[in-house]
Amino acid sequence: MSFPLLTATAVVPAVGAVATAAVPAARRAAAKWLALGFSLATLVLAAVQLVRFDPDAAGPFQLTESHAWIKDFGVRYELGVDGIAVVLIALTALLIPFIVLAGWHDADPLEGASPNWRWRPTQGFFALILMVEAMVVISFEATDVFLFYLFFEAMLIPMYFLIGGFGDRAGERSEEETAAQRSYAAVKFLLYNLAGGLIMMAAVIGLYAVTADQLGMGTFSLQEIVQARADGRLDLAPAAERSLFLGFFFAFAVKAPLWPLHTWLPNAMGEATAPVAVLITAVVDKVGTFAMLRFCLQLFPEASKWATPVIVALALVSIVYGALLAVGQRDIKRLVAYASISHFGFIVLGIFAMTTQGQGGATLYMVNHGISTAALMLVAGFLISRRGSRLIADYGGVQKVAPVLAGTFLVGGLATLSLPGLAPFVSEFLVLVGTFSRYPAAGIIATVGIVLAALYVLVLYQRTMTGPVKDGVRGMPDLRVRELAVVAPLIALLLFLGVYPKPLTEIIDPAVGHTMSQVEKSDPKPDVPVNEAEAAK
Amino acid sequence: MENLIGLLVAAPLLGAAVLLCGGRRLDRSGPWVGTLLAAVSFALAVALFADMLGRSGEERTLTTTVFSWVPVGGFRADVGFQLDQLSMTFVLLITGVGTLIHLYSVGYMEHDERRRRFFGYLNLFLAAMLLLVVAGNYLLLYVGWEGVGLASYLLIGFWQHKPSAATAAKKAFLVNRVGDMGLSIAIMLMFTTFGTFAFGPVLEGAGQAGEGKLTAVGLMLLLAACGKSAQVPLQSWLGDAMEGPTPVSALIHAATMVTAGVYLITRSGALFDAAPTAQTAVVTVGAVTLLFGAIVGCAKDDIKKALAGSTMSQIGYMILAAGLGPVGYVFAIMHLVTHGFFKAGLFLGAGSVMHGMNDEVDMRRYGGLRKYMPVTFVTFGLGYLAIIGFPGLSGFFSKDKIIEAAFAKGGTEGWILGGAALLGAGITAFYMTRVMLMTFFGERRWQPDADGNAPHPHESPKTMTVPMVILAFGSVFAGGLFAVNDTFLKWLEPVTGHAHGNPPVSALTVTAATMVVLVLGVALAWARYGRKPVPVTAPRGSWLTRAARRDLLQDDFNHIVLVRGGEHLTRSLVYVDHTLVDGVVNGTAASVGGLSGRMRRLQNGYARSYAVSMFGGAAVLIAATLLMRAV
Repeated sequence: MSFPLLTATAVVPAVGAVATAAVPAARRAAAKWLALGFSLATLVLAAVQLVRFDPDAAGPFQLTESHAWIKDFGVRYELGVDGIAVVLIALTALLIPFIVLAGWHDADPLEGASPNWRWRPTQGFFALILMVEAMVVISFEATDVFLFYLFFEAMLIPMYFLIGGFGDRAGERSEEETAAQRSYAAVKFLLYNLAGGLIMMAAVIGLYAVTADQLGMGTFSLQEIVQARADGRLDLAPAAERSLFLGFFFAFAVKAPLWPLHTWLPNAMGEATAPVAVLITAVVDKVGTFAMLRFCLQLFPEASKWATPVIVALALVSIVYGALLAVGQRDIKRLVAYASISHFGFIVLGIFAMTTQGQGGATLYMVNHGISTAALMLVAGFLISRRGSRLIADYGGVQKVAPVLAGTFLVGGLATLSLPGLAPFVSEFLVLVGTFSRYPAAGIIATVGIVLAALYVLVLYQRTMTGPVKDGVRGMPDLRVRELAVVAPLIALLLFLGVYPKPLTEIIDPAVGHTMSQVEKSDPKPDVPVNEAEAAK
Repeated sequence: MENLIGLLVAAPLLGAAVLLCGGRRLDRSGPWVGTLLAAVSFALAVALFADMLGRSGEERTLTTTVFSWVPVGGFRADVGFQLDQLSMTFVLLITGVGTLIHLYSVGYMEHDERRRRFFGYLNLFLAAMLLLVVAGNYLLLYVGWEGVGLASYLLIGFWQHKPSAATAAKKAFLVNRVGDMGLSIAIMLMFTTFGTFAFGPVLEGAGQAGEGKLTAVGLMLLLAACGKSAQVPLQSWLGDAMEGPTPVSALIHAATMVTAGVYLITRSGALFDAAPTAQTAVVTVGAVTLLFGAIVGCAKDDIKKALAGSTMSQIGYMILAAGLGPVGYVFAIMHLVTHGFFKAGLFLGAGSVMHGMNDEVDMRRYGGLRKYMPVTFVTFGLGYLAIIGFPGLSGFFSKDKIIEAAFAKGGTEGWILGGAALLGAGITAFYMTRVMLMTFFGERRWQPDADGNAPHPHESPKTMTVPMVILAFGSVFAGGLFAVNDTFLKWLEPVTGHAHGNPPVSALTVTAATMVVLVLGVALAWARYGRKPVPVTAPRGSWLTRAARRDLLQDDFNHIVLVRGGEHLTRSLVYVDHTLVDGVVNGTAASVGGLSGRMRRLQNGYARSYAVSMFGGAAVLIAATLLMRAV
């Protein structure tokens, strides 16, 4: 048996979580370094996955592992990655070290707190982050529906504690008030996602019942179900397929989040510390959109096509609505949250446009949005930690006192508004063109998002960074070495992937082609294809 | 030779990277580093030009593919360049004027502590603008297109501690984004129509596509051009853009970036030629803007804003010419180049005046400066004569041809367009004479500013006057050089094509009529601003003057409809999201699962206990599954 690389990529952060949690209360610093070390080790494993992955290999999944688990219910421990999963795992593994580093002091005990505080917040904070990483990674790897479901849901537990347990320093608000708001946000997060999960659980059981009924033996294996459908051994009635599809889709739409199920996100991202907000929107939420591609489309291709018009409409609403709400925010972190809702609209739109450019673009969008939001949100977090306020109105003239902070904030913002030359432009344009070639009207409406993104980003920049220096901003220190070490690589990556995204598109493309063939869709042909030879050259 | 094209873009890009990331130690040398790299770029441009001249007209186009940029399915975007006579013209203008303005800025920005960054932004602009004109496909052009928008944003807002500068920068970017929307839709339409958006195949295949599609593409490209080139209805940003340092106004908001729309339309000529409806829209926009800008230019007392109105108007001429099709492409570009010389020169002159006048921009507080700034006066004066179309100077040749071509459009349309262009020439003579008289003639009207510092007008240093003198030479001779033997026409014709128009009246009549309106415009301005003293506070003026001062009320419209309306919309949406969407979803959940009771309980402090029970539940689930496996 070869080395179980996929299992290892999930187990390493899980072990790291346990080890970090076990560090004695007095050795806080050691816990941080331990967490950073484990997150880097995971990054190495993810890089090995990327290297060993062969984009041109036949078959949908690679590096597969398969073991019987719960025989009575046909549950298997089945892992495998396609081009989409492997880049998302790489994104996750890449972002976690930055999240750890950015949150270095976020869980330090408050000044004046007793040194032998029985609850060890620092250890807990970093252990929870690693735990989330482990669960996200295995969710991307699982090709058994039950296995996926288990970790998709289990992820809520560490996330709940991360949101509810750690927040920004209260600043001008009272500790009690912030604690109450935090706990409201955490509970809202939990209930929304739990509701989605419960509905999905019903659908998972339903899927089992159908397979048990028609195949004689129930199964959760994605490949087996897809194969059985192709052979005609499994034939879902339209009504059954649609209700199962909706069950799955609902859970993913909550997580993604899609309008109107989005309202938990601004609360969660607003109350959590900036690194945890990045963890939510850049990492955890990606499981939702990823699962739409992997499970909704592949398990229920007919129902996916049936639901497409409605989903495209909801995605468009998300794009425009999220952006307009972002414009109206007074709180920096909530603004970024609504911007993310708009961006998730683009991702869902690209997936359901059912074109190579749309789905390839959506996958690339997941990666690029992860990096760009991390850059913007983490710098916003550094800014907030200096002033102790999330309100835009409390800032002004920061570029005068902290030019590097302002400059990196601007680059993060420009990435968020998809400026050409930075990575998000490529994916956004692919989604737009992929959508436009199938649904011209939807493509045109989505371009409104381009203008609105410029509005919320530049208004945010103008209000916080330009103008006369405000009182609370005076004397604000510029980015420190640790902070620069977080931001600079992210910016470099945004530039690199904006100029040369080919390494990623080469990996993603075949996987998207496979998904497209599952739903039996092919790209629309141009009206008057000119000079194919010329075009190819 | 092809490899040099990449270097052309890379040199200023390197400058931008070094200057923006380089840190304090480059503060002293930064301006010269930036200028040097601009000059390197110019040298490369000259080398490429010499090489191009060595080949005959049809074989002058160089194309090269550097690497495959975004290959996804049938969607193929390359980083590839195309350098033909049209691009070459722009490259020479951009690098030439660009280098001069870098040099000028060395003197102009001498006392600004953030000048390293200023030169970094200027280099960034050069790189993006060069990319825009040498890109071999529309998507790469889009990168340059937004890149210059970014540089423009950064430079307009360079003094960002001033709220007005920060607001102007944001406004410019946003209005341009509306145009960019047009460009992206145009590219998407090309992709669905032709399966590609590289210049070669799209422009060659244009004839095969349906006219409806081409009209749509043309209108979207026009929208893009309106944004970048400050044409009605997207012109409102240009006046505010004058908040930027004056060298920026000269380079970006007069000579190069704002003419990108003309480039786009001329480059896409084959598409427009097959879409007459789109062409009609183009000439309409051009004609309306040339009058709009001219009228606004008449009313402004701020010297830079008066010049900005003029820029808008002159680009209106170019857009008008480009919309006329093969009759006009060559003249659009010719006017673009001569305008690049004289308008850059005028702005640098205005900067020189401000430099000597404590940054005063109000022309009512100038007067009689010709004695104090002789070099500025002479160079500005030559630029003035060039722009009003004084016979023999640059503007005379290029503008006259456009007016002629407009008449040649034929029918009522021809008379309307030609009439508008002719009227515009008269107004141009009026407002430019006004600027000239208020600034350099009459009595001195300057006063101490709020801090009690009286201006001591003086001539500017050499780094500033040398570029002004060189540009003045261009303003005087470029038009004549281009016109002799139809040199410019023969140079550009292989790319844009050319058709001779047949105006309903003879060319000589058109020229005579132009001279008449020119004299009328100058005389009227003399009567109002030369013969009588200029009051220091502006008189109330007619309703037209008052409207023109406010950009013909377009800004008020924008403010009420877009800004206020938008604020109301977002505010009410925030409310709706908080109460309605959140409420409905929570309510639905409550009625389904009785969650609201729990929600309330949780808020009352039971959150922890609930979470613990959740955690417990999950743990039991996991334990159960593991147990089952063991069994």
